[in-house]
Amino acid sequence: MTDNLKKEKQTTTHKIGIYLWIWGLLFVLSFFSYMVDWFHFQGLLRWTLIVTFMLLKAGLIMAFFMHLFWERYALVNVLLWPMTAIACFVGLMVAEGKYTVFTRLVYFVLGE
Amino acid sequence: MDQSTLDKLPKGFKSIGSDFGTDQTAFKGVPWGKAMMWIFLLSDTFIFSCFLLSYMKGRASTVDSWPNPSEVFALDFMGVPVPLLLIAIMTFVLITSSGTMALAVKYGYERNRKLCGIFLVLTAIGGLTFVGMQAFEWSKLIFHEGVRPWGNPFGAVQFGSFFFMITGFHGTHVSIGVIFLLIFSRKTLRGDFDAGKKGFFTSMKSDYVAIEILGLYWHFVDLVWVFIFAFFYLW
Repeated sequence: MTDNLKKEKQTTTHKIGIYLWIWGLLFVLSFFSYMVDWFHFQGLLRWTLIVTFMLLKAGLIMAFFMHLFWERYALVNVLLWPMTAIACFVGLMVAEGKYTVFTRLVYFVLGE
Repeated sequence: MDQSTLDKLPKGFKSIGSDFGTDQTAFKGVPWGKAMMWIFLLSDTFIFSCFLLSYMKGRASTVDSWPNPSEVFALDFMGVPVPLLLIAIMTFVLITSSGTMALAVKYGYERNRKLCGIFLVLTAIGGLTFVGMQAFEWSKLIFHEGVRPWGNPFGAVQFGSFFFMITGFHGTHVSIGVIFLLIFSRKTLRGDFDAGKKGFFTSMKSDYVAIEILGLYWHFVDLVWVFIFAFFYLW
C-alpha cells in the first residue's frame, strides 16, 4: 500500500520557464481583453472576444498555476464535472430573464 | 469490473477506477489538505457563480438601461478620461501577484526557504495593492458619484447592489488571502517548514505542501477576478 502510494505520488516541482510563459500569456490575454473595450467593439464580436479571452485565462490559471494539468485524473473529474450544473443554471436563467423582461415590457409599457 | 476490463481502459479512466472502486482510497497521493482546499474552492465557485448569475438575470430583466461600465469606471489621466484604467491596473496587479505566488509554490517544493518567503511577501504586497485600489474605487463611487445599493445616477438601480455585492465578496477573499499570506510568509522565513515544527492550530507537522494549498486559494481569487472583469466590467 505504501509502495503503491509512493509510486502514485507525482512530481510537484516544475521548471521555472513554464511559469514565466504562463505569466506572460496571462498578461497578453488581459491586455487583449482590455483592448476589446478600448476599441469599442460591440455586439457579437465583443462578447465572443471577451468570453474567449476569459476562458483562455481561466484555463491557463487552472491548468498550470493550480497544477490541475499534473493532478490526479480522479480529482480533475470531481472538480470539473460539477461545472456542467452551472452551465445548466446559466441556460435556465437566460430563459427566465427573457421571460421577466418580456412580462415587464408588456405590463409597464402597455399597461393592464 | 474485473481487473482485465480495467486494464483495457485509457490511463486516466483507469486511475478513476482505482480511486473510486470499493475499498479504495480516493485521490491517491494527493495530500488531504489539498483535496479539502479543492473541495472548498468548488463550493466557493458555486457561490460566485450564483452572484454572477443573479447579476446576469438582473441585468437581462431590467427595463431601464444598464450603466455603461466603460464610462462609470473611467479615470481621469492628465485631464483625459481613460476607460477602465483603474480596473485594468488592478487586473495586472492581481495577475502579477498570481505569478509570484506560483513561484513561491515552486520554491517551496524545492525547499528554498528564502526565495519562497520572499515571493510570499511580494504576493501579499500585490494583494494589498489590489485591495487598496479597490477601496479607492469604492470611495470614488460612493462619495463622489453617489452610487448606492438602491440607486445610482447612471441608470438601472440594480447596478449598485450587484457591484457592491460581487466586488465586495471578492475583495473580502483577497483580504483574507493577504492575512494568510503574511502569516505563512512569517512561518516560512522562520523555518517552520524546514524544521517540521508543529502548527499552533492543528498541532500537525508543518510542511511546504501548505504553501501549495495557500497558492490554490490565491490563484482561485485571481480566477474569480477573471470572470468578474469579463462579465461585470467588460460586458
